[in-house]
Amino acid sequence: MREIDPEFTALPSRALADAALSRARDLGAEHVDFRLERIRSQTLRLSDGSLETALDADDVGFAVRVILNGTWGFAAGIDLTTDAAARVAEQAVEVAKVAAAINRERIELATEPAHGEQVWISAYEVDPFDVAVRDKIALLADWSARLLRDDRVAHADASLLQVKENKFYADTAGTVTTQQRVRLHPVLNAVGIRDGAFDTMRTLAPPVGRGYEYLTGSTWDWDGELARIPELLAEKLSAPSVEAGTYDLVIDPSNLWLTIHESIGHATELDRALGYEAAYAGTSFATPDKLGSLQYGSKVMNITGDRTAEHGLSTIGYDDEGVETQRWDIVRDGLFVGYQLDRRIAHLTGAERSNGCAFADSPSSMPLQRMANVSLRPAPDGPSTEELIAGVDHGIYVVGDKSWSIDMQRYNFQFTGQRFYKIERGRLAGQLRDAAYQATTTDFWNSMEAVGGPQTYVLGGAFNCGKGQPGQVAPVSHGAPSALFRGVNILNAVKEAGK
Amino acid sequence: MTTPQETVERALALSRTDGCVVIAEESSGTNLRWAGNTLTTNGVTRSRRLTVIAIKNKADGVSTGVMSRTGVTEDQLEDLVRAAERAAADNAPADDAASLVDASEAGPGGRWDDPPAETSIGVFEGFAPSLGEAFAAAKGNARLLYGFAEHTMNTTFLGTSAGLRLRSDEPTGKVELNAKSDDLSQSAWNGVGTRDFRDVDVTALADDLTRRLEWGRRRIDLPAGRYETLLPPSAVADLMVYLYWSAGARDAHDGRTVFSKPGGGTKVGESLSDTPVRLYSDPAAPGLECTPFVVAHASSRESSVFDNGIALRPVDWISDGRLSALLQTRHSARLTGLPFTPGVDNLLMEVPGGTATLDEMIAGTRRGLLLTCLWYIREVDPQSLLLTGLTRDGVYLVEDGEVVGEVNNFRFNESPVGMLGRVAEAGATRRTLAREWSDYFTRTAMPPLRIADFNMSTVSKAS
Repeated sequence: MREIDPEFTALPSRALADAALSRARDLGAEHVDFRLERIRSQTLRLSDGSLETALDADDVGFAVRVILNGTWGFAAGIDLTTDAAARVAEQAVEVAKVAAAINRERIELATEPAHGEQVWISAYEVDPFDVAVRDKIALLADWSARLLRDDRVAHADASLLQVKENKFYADTAGTVTTQQRVRLHPVLNAVGIRDGAFDTMRTLAPPVGRGYEYLTGSTWDWDGELARIPELLAEKLSAPSVEAGTYDLVIDPSNLWLTIHESIGHATELDRALGYEAAYAGTSFATPDKLGSLQYGSKVMNITGDRTAEHGLSTIGYDDEGVETQRWDIVRDGLFVGYQLDRRIAHLTGAERSNGCAFADSPSSMPLQRMANVSLRPAPDGPSTEELIAGVDHGIYVVGDKSWSIDMQRYNFQFTGQRFYKIERGRLAGQLRDAAYQATTTDFWNSMEAVGGPQTYVLGGAFNCGKGQPGQVAPVSHGAPSALFRGVNILNAVKEAGK
Repeated sequence: MTTPQETVERALALSRTDGCVVIAEESSGTNLRWAGNTLTTNGVTRSRRLTVIAIKNKADGVSTGVMSRTGVTEDQLEDLVRAAERAAADNAPADDAASLVDASEAGPGGRWDDPPAETSIGVFEGFAPSLGEAFAAAKGNARLLYGFAEHTMNTTFLGTSAGLRLRSDEPTGKVELNAKSDDLSQSAWNGVGTRDFRDVDVTALADDLTRRLEWGRRRIDLPAGRYETLLPPSAVADLMVYLYWSAGARDAHDGRTVFSKPGGGTKVGESLSDTPVRLYSDPAAPGLECTPFVVAHASSRESSVFDNGIALRPVDWISDGRLSALLQTRHSARLTGLPFTPGVDNLLMEVPGGTATLDEMIAGTRRGLLLTCLWYIREVDPQSLLLTGLTRDGVYLVEDGEVVGEVNNFRFNESPVGMLGRVAEAGATRRTLAREWSDYFTRTAMPPLRIADFNMSTVSKAS
């Protein structure tokens, strides 16, 4: 039976919250919320089987956020005493007073029912922090050795990132939540060198909201994937360079998740669309006037935002503004129908309620609207990946993510991958090198002719989605089936470099 | 309350392993963020982090254990030290094992006994009213201002069982100001790094943006292609910072970077450019001062916990157009047979004879593009260090020495290494802020560069 880490529940969370909430309220704040967090992380990295990095971090702290006369005030502290909590509340009020001089827009929050006392724990079996470090290193060393045994592999990098996140939240409306979630990201990367050229082949295993069982159980076929990597790497190193031009693409979920993240996930954040990220992460072509009318993609495109998906990296019970998390439509039958919201943005646009996308990446960070698990739904009776490939006469099958870039309004993107396979008359015909696909978002999604069935669906994701100033990182998952796109621009990276 | 200096001494006294490094960091920060001529978020933060690195000699080698925690109280200190020692006992031997740094190798240590430096919201005392005036002026001119100002103060106390006691105070600040026309069809950006905000001239920043928005009154559509391009210092900084981050000696020696020599070894000594480019770091560079000794919380490809405290010295990474050094630990220096040249937290480029301002380079342009800054820079091909990214907040067409209008944005595909071979002109070096990488790297000084045949690969519809 999973339980909230007793070391976290032993912290004086309620006393601190009471001190902070009452002090800020006494000073006139119309809204106050308090967050106490403990984030444990462990990073292990091996180079050619030898331990290179072993770092344990354990961050504890709290934050007080107030609205005073319609202006935000935020302050964070580290001393876990009621006096310190009250002082930090005073600081937050002081910041709101200083900031009032340059605030021209009254801050108000969309209403949210008070949820009372709630406890939520993510779905995992084995807490990775209960596993001996020596066992983890031994496993990574064994996996590295399997790669290095093959003389086509010159170097092997192995890494394992592990995070356990505890959040306590309380606000003046009466919501009090205590939550815990665990996530892991294991990566193996093989380097090959041949005739003065080098290349890499990385495992496709995604980061997950699971426990250590992900590395030892049957969720992912580690043995099979590790066994294939040397041959895949050798094939890539000897593959012909792609001829730039227009191709039909079948994109595997191991690659497509990142395209979804960049061209749909960020594009449908309402704070971006309204300009709140304009000077940094950027805005969005998907502006509110297009809601309900923009044909984002073809009729087979259905996108959901979801902070409740089991094992999703963005999944949690209640967000960092006390909003119960939800699942909703963002694109339905190709039509743009929904945004991701936090309470302030929801109120600004007249939405009845936030859909629970506020997140702060540390106890010293102010919550922002961050991404839900934004996913492309599979077709209920959709085809297999092989059937999608069979429908392509001259094309490329793209597997695994690598490089990504998209403009500040989410129009023009360019992605590479781990493997690009030539498709000839419905069959795979060996790997190609040096390929990148480039498109404009709505052209690309409108060129999607078919999506695969549930049997092709995989939840990919990342630990490190960046947004905001000061910069914050957020973990997020994206599910996708395999999908078929017609007429996509393929670049040759060597020619792009002017070689 | 226990001071960080006392905490370092206590942690070292508690240590039972063969060596110990303790890093106590006190950080304070404050920030303002605005959008559409109004403040959006703000904050003050404070952090106290303690990192204990236990070093244990074992039969099969030397192991390390690293534990890093925030907000450690006096009664939790022994628990932290013991946890690091358990990790050292558990961990496999470290490849980078070396003796701890002694006083003869250490960097300058500062005034150990002084209390930690700190910042507060008061650092914006002069800046915030100027910003308010800029909001009012922008509103009157149908323009919208967006941006961010941040100031942090990090004080690091480093103590080792070899007797080092080093301290560094590092103030870091930046302002980014972005102006848009009220229909959001035009955008301009400027940014500066600062140590204390006393040198930030909001009016000058806003005036520069006004000038750029004026340039944008005439719109010109250009196709993708290779263009003679004037890169302002900010864009040069973003590309050179990426090159710097890619200059790890160990990776080059392993045959996996653009600086690897085919057949083995590195390209140190090889020419990258016919232009006598100098790319260098110097912890004492005026206005760009940074911590003058190694602070390594964990070992990695480019850092070693055993190097903690060692002096950082000026180093030329590229000299007279030749690759002259790569980022080293003592371990990688032994592996590669090259000098020990650890990374420094600033980066400067100079080209002898480069005295022109960007305006003078515009005046000397027959036909070319003038950029404002670059964005979303990512690596496409490590073999050539091909990077992709976008132009942002103003691309201008220059004809016969004059800016004649604003051009659409482009996606570029370019290698900063290959680009150095196509430098047609370099201007005078000045302090600048890398648009993309300033979250991680604010201390840069670069010249504007004129690059022949810069590859604008595709057109972006973003404005």
